Amino acid sequence: MITLSDIPARGGTPFTLPMGLFAAVLATAPFWLQWVGLYQYLGVEIAIWILFAMGFNLLFGYTGLHSFGHGAYLGIGAYGFGLFQKSVEVSLWGGLLAAILAATVAGAIVGAFLSHRRGIYYALLTIGFGQVFWFTAMKLHWLTGGEDGLLNIPRPDLVIGSWRISLNDNTAFYWFVAVITAVAVLLMWRVVNAPVGRILQAIRQNETRARFVGYDVWRWKWLAFTVSAAFAGLAGGLFAMAQQSAYPDVMSLHQSGVIVMMVLVGGGLVSFWGPVLGVVLYFIARDVLGGLTEAWLLWYGLIFVIMVMVRPEGLAGLLHTTAQRTAPPAAVPATKPEAV
Amino acid sequence: MVLFQAQGIQKRFGARVVLENISLSIEAGTVHGIMGPNGAGKTTCFHVLTGHHAPDAGRIVFDGQDITGLKPHIIARLGISRSFQLMNLFDDAVVIENVMLALPAFRKMGSSPFRATFGDSRLTKAALAVLDQVGLADRAWHKSKDLSYGERRALEIAVALAAEPRILFLDEPTAGLGAKGTQALAQLIRQLRRQYTICLIEHDMRFLFELADRISVIHWGQVIAEGTPAALQANKWVARSALGAVA
Repeated sequence: MITLSDIPARGGTPFTLPMGLFAAVLATAPFWLQWVGLYQYLGVEIAIWILFAMGFNLLFGYTGLHSFGHGAYLGIGAYGFGLFQKSVEVSLWGGLLAAILAATVAGAIVGAFLSHRRGIYYALLTIGFGQVFWFTAMKLHWLTGGEDGLLNIPRPDLVIGSWRISLNDNTAFYWFVAVITAVAVLLMWRVVNAPVGRILQAIRQNETRARFVGYDVWRWKWLAFTVSAAFAGLAGGLFAMAQQSAYPDVMSLHQSGVIVMMVLVGGGLVSFWGPVLGVVLYFIARDVLGGLTEAWLLWYGLIFVIMVMVRPEGLAGLLHTTAQRTAPPAAVPATKPEAV
Repeated sequence: MVLFQAQGIQKRFGARVVLENISLSIEAGTVHGIMGPNGAGKTTCFHVLTGHHAPDAGRIVFDGQDITGLKPHIIARLGISRSFQLMNLFDDAVVIENVMLALPAFRKMGSSPFRATFGDSRLTKAALAVLDQVGLADRAWHKSKDLSYGERRALEIAVALAAEPRILFLDEPTAGLGAKGTQALAQLIRQLRRQYTICLIEHDMRFLFELADRISVIHWGQVIAEGTPAALQANKWVARSALGAVA
């Protein structure tokens, strides 16, 4: 099976073909979404989940730490944004910062408990903490509004200088989310292609070896968890804006499972772009299959099972191997720099 | 000069005492061998000396600094490097990346997000130089899991060397190697001893007696004998134990 480490440790330019495609689709979506029979709000959802999934994959795919409770940090971000609007002031950047901050703090605390562990114990603890947050959101009525959650969260206007843009329209909001997602993806691309990315992958491959060549494995694992929680928080803040509410379902175990499924189906284990494919496939399946049958999740689940059985590398792996089969093999490995 | 010293090391796992009382003293620039029967506590001893387990009692001093109970990555950064009996490599990565990750210069670069892994030619050169030492330079861009068993053994040593150690701990480097591989490894260790202080666990007595300056024999979690290979061969207790056949 191929892995993330097969993709060469490129430096330099982020202007690659997949990045170009991604940017092009992101930048043109509002012009063709309706034309192909979809709707603008779907674009918003997909962009938000791409942000969530890519941040999640820093932990899941790159560092090999299997969190099955990551919905919690999406939810914390959503509540963070909502509570900021309701209790502090109506502010776009304030709310998003609060979302990131809340999820980062929660991630940093939980990460401190997790980072000594690995394998199944790590996974179990993430589920445990996920449930703790979900339960808290359900029961802490005075703060979270219990089962109903926070309703009527405003979408504050975007203010740039003397320019004030309302985000209440889904197209305007889409542009806002798309820009944030694009910047975040660029940032993550930079991180995973820098030495940091190789160090995280080294930890995935062999924690013990990494430790004995001098890496503070605990600190890197903690950092990976905290950073991915921060991205989840940002996605959660945007999600609260999109839904104009925050409710316990956002952080349920179901949600945590969905993100794992998206990343696996898309091929997050073999490619940086895997999560994007997974998210797009999930939402298209939801809308297309969902239009045909109420039991769409059953069919999607079947696709997932078949995928894991025959193509554990996911969609990205499938594309990668097909491309390799059609292209003539390169004589020299692509990673080899000239004149060493 | 004594570079590395362990005094009265004790290690228990629950009620089981694995290391009763281990004392070692390794002179700079020498090859120090550790031998003993299976289950004697040799590998546990290595684990304690390199920080994988903290000892329950005793003191470990490296170059005048007390390192007892320090974390493995701190001990590694001080210049204590090790290989493993069961191979521990970065299997998805190419050979040169295994070595690169261990270079202190790369580790320090780890926090800079504006670098490419293979973009720094000084680092690739340094990594290739290490691979050249163990004879793997021409395999640099192969995946480490595609290497032969013997080559993986060599890579295991290369990774330990890349960390720029002052003392090298090798845990049964000949395990699983044929006669030819063992000879090549002996040659490699003869070369390495000019630069490094080496401590190695070995089952292959001939190999050890040929290379080591001093040998500690461990049995029942204790050092039951210590001395030069010649002195040990004359020791009737050692002769009566596992070594009889060779000595």
